[in-house]
Amino acid sequence: MRKSKLVLVGNGMAGVRTIEELLKLAPDLYDITVYGAEPHGNYNRILLSPVLAGEMKLPEIMLNDVDWYSAHGITLRSGRQITRIDRIHRTVIADDGSEEPYDRLLLATGSTPVMLPIPGHDLPGVLAYRDIADTEAIIAASAKGGHAVVIGAGLLGLEAANGLKARGMEVTVVHLAPWIMERQLDRTAADMLRTSLEARGLRFLLEKKTVGLVGEPKDSGGRVSAVRFADGDELSADLVVMAIGIRPNIRLAEDAGLHCNHGILVNDTLQTYDPRIYAVGECVAHRGTTYGLVAPLFEQAKVAANHLAEFGIARYSGSAVSTKLKVTGVDVFSAGDFMGGDDTDEIILADRKGGIYKKLVLRDNRIVGAVLYGDTADSGWYFQLMKEKKCIGSLRDRLMLGQSHNAGAGHEGRNRAVALPDDFEVCGCNGVKKISIVKAIKEKGLFTLEDVRKHTKASVSCGSCTGLVEQILASEVGGAYQPVVAQKKPLCGCTDFTHEEVRKAIIDHRLMTIPEAMRFLEWRQPSGCPSCRPALNFYLLCAWPKEYRDDPQSRFINERVHANIQKDGSFSVVPRIYGGVTSPAELKRIAEVAEKYAVPTVKITGGQRIDLLGVKKEDLPSIWADLDMPSGYAYSKGLRTVKTCVGSEWCRFGVQDSTRMGIDLEHDLERLWTPHKTKLGVSGCPRNCAEATIKDVGVIGVDSGWEIYVAGNGGIKTEVAQFLCKVKTQEEVLETTGAFLQLYREEARYLDRTVHWIGRVGLDYVRKRVVDDADGRRALYARMKEALSVEKDPWAERASDHSDTEFKPVKFFVKNSVSTGGSDERLAENLSA
Amino acid sequence: MNDWLKICPLDDIPRLGARVVNTGKGDIAVFRNAEDEVFALNDKCPHKGGPLSQGIVYDRRVACPLHGMTVHLDSGKAQAPDEGCTQKYRVRVDKGVVFLNLGP
Repeated sequence: MRKSKLVLVGNGMAGVRTIEELLKLAPDLYDITVYGAEPHGNYNRILLSPVLAGEMKLPEIMLNDVDWYSAHGITLRSGRQITRIDRIHRTVIADDGSEEPYDRLLLATGSTPVMLPIPGHDLPGVLAYRDIADTEAIIAASAKGGHAVVIGAGLLGLEAANGLKARGMEVTVVHLAPWIMERQLDRTAADMLRTSLEARGLRFLLEKKTVGLVGEPKDSGGRVSAVRFADGDELSADLVVMAIGIRPNIRLAEDAGLHCNHGILVNDTLQTYDPRIYAVGECVAHRGTTYGLVAPLFEQAKVAANHLAEFGIARYSGSAVSTKLKVTGVDVFSAGDFMGGDDTDEIILADRKGGIYKKLVLRDNRIVGAVLYGDTADSGWYFQLMKEKKCIGSLRDRLMLGQSHNAGAGHEGRNRAVALPDDFEVCGCNGVKKISIVKAIKEKGLFTLEDVRKHTKASVSCGSCTGLVEQILASEVGGAYQPVVAQKKPLCGCTDFTHEEVRKAIIDHRLMTIPEAMRFLEWRQPSGCPSCRPALNFYLLCAWPKEYRDDPQSRFINERVHANIQKDGSFSVVPRIYGGVTSPAELKRIAEVAEKYAVPTVKITGGQRIDLLGVKKEDLPSIWADLDMPSGYAYSKGLRTVKTCVGSEWCRFGVQDSTRMGIDLEHDLERLWTPHKTKLGVSGCPRNCAEATIKDVGVIGVDSGWEIYVAGNGGIKTEVAQFLCKVKTQEEVLETTGAFLQLYREEARYLDRTVHWIGRVGLDYVRKRVVDDADGRRALYARMKEALSVEKDPWAERASDHSDTEFKPVKFFVKNSVSTGGSDERLAENLSA
Repeated sequence: MNDWLKICPLDDIPRLGARVVNTGKGDIAVFRNAEDEVFALNDKCPHKGGPLSQGIVYDRRVACPLHGMTVHLDSGKAQAPDEGCTQKYRVRVDKGVVFLNLGP
């Protein structure tokens, strides 16, 4: 069958990104042809400013060179402009008369700089600043030195002015408005920025209306020689750069009869009036907005690609945008409604002398806009809070101090990315230095946190440095970077559905196995991936405790073999010791086993258990048989340990029997699978020797009963547990704890710790379900008990099942050389096993 | 000379799983994917030597259990942008029995 034909008009960042996203989803669906008016591959337009300033070279900013197109079987026709779309015959016609048929057409025609329609605008020496050709022309013109006039003090104008100054020209920036960058900055920030740019030698003329450009006499070249203003003043100029704005290129679309207003009209799937024609990028008007920054265009690309790939499930609902000025050494950030109005409040920090200004605009305790000057380290955080419309009431008094004063322990965002030395180790888990991240971003043209993670491994492990990595990314790519919004995050790369959507589908449609769920939800990868398979396995187990058959191959190795893998491939064995209370007989047995199997290390764990480290996998079943103790689940995303203090039985301060309570809780909850590991602690008095307030559930004995705390965490980022409720009896402790954990099982995302989950849903919600609603609590507890009723001790099961091949390697010793083979006896043994 | 060594029945390797073959040359991991394709690699991740046989198998790939590096089963190469490679071996299935070739 003939492949469908996809033609892309516009070889720029938005169009090519759409193709890249499409190839990820459906690499073989289309025969693709790309038309580009510029004679290059696709390059990073954002980095033209560093090129102009002489900080980067053209080859460094190429994103897709010519080889990329051929490697992906894409026909590239660069240097050719499409002049007409024939929608009836479904062809596009280029300026050289050639035609190309299409089944689907993607328009990414971008925008052109606006040239003031004033006398002299077409004189030699009057340039726009938009593409490689403009940049090269400006660089060439600047080589002669002299005086450059930049008209327009917006983002592009200032970057152009800075570049020209760096190339040795005298530069004056002319601007119509009373302050520079008035579309991004308030007056205070703008004036501070202007002062700092003036200190670098730029001159500014504000509130000046340009009415004409004066040329030299024709016989001496006819180049531009001066700029004339409405007030009659004139300013000599050897070069004029117009940077007053851009206008979407809609001519082609308009001529073809596609609906346009200021841009090509598209719906939420980026489809135009003609269903065969899609459009993305700066040429598009979506819900009345056109975007000129790269991040929203990439979001559009993703959605358009999804529909071109015939997946049909993505939707673009507009983007919040932010800007950063890419002038080395000047930090400016702006987002949202930065001016504010009658219904907004402002928090302002202004240190004129220190060169720092920060303004946050708030409406109903939510950030709706921000301007930062001089210190933009927290821009990512503020922008995230703004996009998530997070209520900042609780951190209002510290908001201005930045993320490091609000993030607690851990080194998330503590350092300013820009100020860090190159050899600073950003990611301690994977040993990634700042310089490696910066290099990867520059050399590979990375824009997203996801990309940086893939290429450098920074922040993939514990994630505590994510904020820092985001800051580095933001400082390198400027406005192109947009932090990921956690609102609709797909479960993994195999699907666009969220955890919640997947869980709901499992229950609503009675999906009973992993393959069934993947088929029903149209998983892109038939056998899933290491992220989704364990999640699906847990969701199914949680939804159908009695019916579902656990899939060992979708469990991480530790849960598959019920032991913890160590760095050398050996395993560790931790038997269950309820509440941390053992006996001489038990200790003797453990000691004997450790001796019999020559266990290299025996260690007491943080959860009051005994860990036998360095056990060979094939020895596991027999060790378990010899120990004759239940599995401690020390490897599980499940109930681990209940740590206890001595309590009222012995301790002179104890007011409650915490060891008894710990033992009871552990018996009540053992073998429970949860979204992530779950740790409990029980203390017999408020001195809290069991450190119960950094546990997922902490129980603290007080004179009149028990206080229950939830969502503590002692890991990467210490989180103190929050008070849930106070109860009187042991039964109430068990029921409340069980109900809480069942709610966590049913509603948290896989790999959420309790603190992450409660961070999302709020403690009030949990209190309502677990404390206030007695019937609901009993039902939750009953469901938890039902789930546990079918769980058996995995060690006992496996110790008695000798048919399990999981633990038996095929032994095959090759004599002398590779080709002689093993003994026939061995083979026979293996084959009969 | 016949260089093919009989290993085990295919059904002794779980689908989307692996088995370890102890040889004089070190451990070799024999994988089986969802389509019953069989692959053999030196049981050492190119990253830090983790036992690939213990990883999660999907598609034609395995994720190392130690730090999650993904290795292509058909080539032994780490998935880009990671770099590195582990030795692959020839392996075939004949009448439901898996054979391994340790030769070059």
